[in-house]
Amino acid sequence: MTRIVIVGGGTGGTVLANRLVENLEHEVDAGEVEVTLVNDSPDHVYKPTYLYVPFGKKTAEDAVRPLADLVDRRVDLEINRVLDIDTDGETIELQDGHDKLSYDHLVLATGAKLVPEEVPGLVEGGHHFYGREGAEQLRDALADFDGGHLVLSVVGVPHMCPAAPVEFTLMADEWFRQRGIRDEVEITYTYPIMRLHGLEPVSDWMEPRFAERDINTETFFNAEAVDPEAGVVRSMEGEALDYDLLVAIPPHAGDDLVADSGLGDDGWVAVDRYTLEADHAENVYAMGDAADVPTSKAGSVAHYEADVIADRIASEVRGQPPTATFDGKTVCFIEAGMDEATFIEFDYEHSPAMRDESRPVHWAKLAYNETYWLTARGLL
Amino acid sequence: MSEQLTADVTIDSRGAGCPGPLMDLIGKVKTADSGTVFELQTSDRGSVTDVPEWVEKAGHELVETVEHDDYWSIYVQKS
Repeated sequence: MTRIVIVGGGTGGTVLANRLVENLEHEVDAGEVEVTLVNDSPDHVYKPTYLYVPFGKKTAEDAVRPLADLVDRRVDLEINRVLDIDTDGETIELQDGHDKLSYDHLVLATGAKLVPEEVPGLVEGGHHFYGREGAEQLRDALADFDGGHLVLSVVGVPHMCPAAPVEFTLMADEWFRQRGIRDEVEITYTYPIMRLHGLEPVSDWMEPRFAERDINTETFFNAEAVDPEAGVVRSMEGEALDYDLLVAIPPHAGDDLVADSGLGDDGWVAVDRYTLEADHAENVYAMGDAADVPTSKAGSVAHYEADVIADRIASEVRGQPPTATFDGKTVCFIEAGMDEATFIEFDYEHSPAMRDESRPVHWAKLAYNETYWLTARGLL
Repeated sequence: MSEQLTADVTIDSRGAGCPGPLMDLIGKVKTADSGTVFELQTSDRGSVTDVPEWVEKAGHELVETVEHDDYWSIYVQKS
């Protein structure tokens, strides 16, 4: 019996579990292979939905489906929390009901978490849209906001969904225009490095659009403290910005399990960028936000990585040398307002080529968000 | 580099593209004590101009940039 254990039921882990039982159908049906997906919640969350919640275009409930509805019945779904990973003994320790779970192949898809507390005052003084509670609170704050200074500050890099801060800023601009209060609102976007986005073509695309829409920009702005009483965000570079509504992309971190098990610093698993095999342990892969690869932390990355890891593990199970590799392929939609969008595609070797935004791409993004549930099932 | 100079913290960002090395440096500087010397190892050519630009803006000191065969070491001291 070969035991494959996946930790994490987000996009990467869910697609991978479904791909594995499909690729290894005969072995699974014959009882020679067991695929276990461990997740600490019975729910699967499609996080891109949260971008639309502050503007009342989606509800937080739209982001959630039961994981049991998304995984193939041949996947052993274990709703449990992993307390420890022993990569020498090839076991994981679970919180409830098991001694230890042994594995022949382990895949870590433990994602990224928000750590706004790393910036003093940010929890009290800032909003975000990277989770249910944050997105709903921001929706209420935006509904009450009838004028003043909105600051969108990218505080944490790397962060989930590289397009989201760009999208939020452009959507907020149009949303205020539609409500007839744009003249009462000043918008400022801040970014930690010398341009507006980590990807230079995206930055070049943003510059004229932000200028046209009268959106202020601050580069080399690394927020290090927020004073909620005074309504001021201060940067490491000595700048101070007054705000009436602060929306931050909070600092992110990987799961503590990763650092505790010696697999990588800061919770990101050190992996070979092509094979996705862990640098510091045998028979361990990592994927999605948890893997430290030089591309974006985006759902599309997790999806493409799932195909690669499923192929590699299937080859290993069959005693064949694994040959599938990940080329860094990343695809992101970018909303350019409330009814137009563009998209970018890039990999380790190729920068994205920018296209003008259009209505059909906006509708394609919304359509993809609906068909995502088929993607998670491994059908698309 | 000068013989006396030793880094308190070495950040190996070789293999990462822009803005990875600069962000790695910013992240470490954020939590370090004043006076800490960093050696940022980067194979991204853009870092050689981007990092000094940030260091100047943030008021730290660019100590030295050393070119090796296939990477650069950029020494920065936190003010």
